[in-house]
Amino acid sequence: MGFSCCWSRGNHLLFQQVPMVEIDGMKLVQTRCILHYIAEKHHLFGKDLKEKTLIDMYVEGTLDLLELIIMHPFLKPEDQQREVLTMAQKAILRYFPVFEKALREHGQKFLVGDQLSLADVILLQTILALEEKIPSILNSFPHLQEFSVKISNLPTIKRFLEPGSKKKPPPDELYVRTVYNVFMP
Amino acid sequence: MVAKPKLYYFHGRGRMESIRWLLAAAGVEFEEEFLETREQYEKLQNDGHLLFGQVPLVEIDGMMLTQTRAILSYLAAKYNLYGKDLKERARIDMYADGTLDLMLMIAGTAFKPPEEKETNLASILEKAKTRYLPVFEKVLKDHGENFLVGNNFSWADIQLLEAILMVEELDASILSDFPLLKAFKTRISNMPTIKKFLQPGSQRKSPPDSHYVKVVRDVLQF
Repeated sequence: MGFSCCWSRGNHLLFQQVPMVEIDGMKLVQTRCILHYIAEKHHLFGKDLKEKTLIDMYVEGTLDLLELIIMHPFLKPEDQQREVLTMAQKAILRYFPVFEKALREHGQKFLVGDQLSLADVILLQTILALEEKIPSILNSFPHLQEFSVKISNLPTIKRFLEPGSKKKPPPDELYVRTVYNVFMP
Repeated sequence: MVAKPKLYYFHGRGRMESIRWLLAAAGVEFEEEFLETREQYEKLQNDGHLLFGQVPLVEIDGMMLTQTRAILSYLAAKYNLYGKDLKERARIDMYADGTLDLMLMIAGTAFKPPEEKETNLASILEKAKTRYLPVFEKVLKDHGENFLVGNNFSWADIQLLEAILMVEELDASILSDFPLLKAFKTRISNMPTIKKFLQPGSQRKSPPDSHYVKVVRDVLQF
């Protein structure tokens, strides 16, 4: 779910929200919709419907966890510390065990099937973001540790993880202030 | 004979209602198992059916599907309600996701503390009137067609009707400034499968009441 925004006067933001991605002549909004479009177009959705559905389920779950990280800087300071604990609990009790088990059971490099999918990308993003707050988060998950290394070393991802890429740094005070100023001037 | 899809959820709308709408609109018969106790929920978990320990759960085509949007996507594709190509699908996805956001906001109010409910509802109605409904009124106006995307009935139309009816339950006059949505509502409501679903005795669920909230809180322990 996104925030409200005043750019809507230009009719570029369908529901007055960002993200918005201009691609193939369309102005796409709704994070999941954008992710799905790119994944479909660039073959990151598995080889058949069953794989696609599993990838979708994994992505949805991971996005729920990622959402906590995204919203974190906008919580009241007194709530932020507790929220880190909540994130850790959810990651360790609800999400990571599922992926650890999948990787352990099929012994493959990727979460689903034998090629990179959206599920791998979103999971890696989430793992790295969590590690920034909780460095030991993968301690009990050896297969996820291996996964993290392997996926990080794929050429396109390796390049994205290098300094100077378009990957954005963790949110700081300026970022939070800017978001507030834009949505609630 | 193919088994009917089976839905596992509470006896109420929540996150399952859009799935019920989609199946009903597609003319697909489905079974339901209603969660009433913590024990039932724990059994589903222990049997390994709940991927991330959550419902909705839909048993279909030999799979145990969870994650609302993943389920909806799967069903839309299966029943040919996802447009004719990737671009139409993206448009349907955007519209459906927007309406789902609105409906989940409404579903969430039942769980808010009493002192917050009124302001919460007011804010949601404001969003409906200024952020969501105008978008769909304009979509219909711009292309002048009967359906939201590609001149064909799709998941986006089903969700929009569901959202309109849900908002009307909160404010009966909400469509007064949206003539095309009024016509859309009548048109889509009269499609045979949907008309049937809108009749008493169907599997459509009622708005959440205090009993529903209590059951959900007891089962999920929050």
